[in-house]
Amino acid sequence: MADLLFYTFAFLTLACAALVVINKNAVNAAMFLIVSLVGVAGLFVLLDAALLAFVLLLVYAGAVVALFLFIIMLLDTTPGAMKPFKAATMIASTVGGALLVVGVLSLYHRAQFPAAAAPVAAPTLKAYAEQLFTTYLLPVQVVGFMLLIAMLGVIVLSKKFAVPEDVS
Amino acid sequence: MITPVLAVIGLNTYLHVAALLFALGFIGVLLRKNTLVVFMCLELMLIASTIALAAFSKFNGTLDGNVFVFFILTIAAAEVAVGLAIIVALFRQRHTVQLEELNHLKH
Repeated sequence: MADLLFYTFAFLTLACAALVVINKNAVNAAMFLIVSLVGVAGLFVLLDAALLAFVLLLVYAGAVVALFLFIIMLLDTTPGAMKPFKAATMIASTVGGALLVVGVLSLYHRAQFPAAAAPVAAPTLKAYAEQLFTTYLLPVQVVGFMLLIAMLGVIVLSKKFAVPEDVS
Repeated sequence: MITPVLAVIGLNTYLHVAALLFALGFIGVLLRKNTLVVFMCLELMLIASTIALAAFSKFNGTLDGNVFVFFILTIAAAEVAVGLAIIVALFRQRHTVQLEELNHLKH
C-alpha cells in the first residue's frame, strides 16, 4: 500500500514538474507547480514528516505560487507567444540535466548508506520545537532577521525612483 | 518478476526521485526564456533538495534534516519575495520579462 502511494506521489511530482518546464503558458505552469508540490507533500507524509507537508502546502501552494500568479497576471505578455525552443538549447539542456543525474546517482552508489530504515518513531511537534529552540536557536534568530531584511529589501525595490534616462 | 529496485522503497528510491526532480528544474532553468518560469524551475530545484533532506532524516533516525527543511522553506519564501520584486522592477525599466531581450550588457 505504501509502495503504491509512493509511486503515485513520485509520478505526480515528476510528471507535473516536467509539465512546468514544457508548458507554453506561464499561468498553467504555476498551476502544475501546485500539483507537483502536492506530490512532494505526499512524499513528506510517507517520510513521517506530516508537519513539513503541511508547512510546504501552506507556504508554497498558499503563498509562493499565489505571489507567482499575481506577478504573472500583472506582467506577463500574451500567453502562447512563446517561441519554439532552439534545437541547440534543447540538446544542451537535456545533456546537462542527464549529466547531472548521472553524476548525482554515481555519488549515491559509491556512498555508504544504512541498509535498512532505522526503526524510530515519527517525530512529534514537541521534538521539532525542542530542536528549534535549543540546538538551532541561533539559526532561527538569523533566519528571522533575514526575513526582516528581505521585507525591507522588497519595500525599497518596489519604490518608484526617479529614472535618470530610459536605456531601452 | 519485479526488479529489486521496484521491490524495496528505501533511501535510494527517494534520492532518485530527488535527483530527477532537481534535473527537471535544471533543464527548465536552461531551456525557458520567460524569467518567471525560470524562477519557478529554481523553486523546483530547492524542493528537490528538501526531499533528499527529509529522506536522509527519516532513514538515519535523526531530526536534523527535517529542521533544515524548515530553514530551506523560510529562505525560499524570502527569496521568492525579493526575486519577484526584482523582476517587477526590471519590467518597469525594460517592459519585457523575456531573457533573450534582456541583453543590454552585451551591447
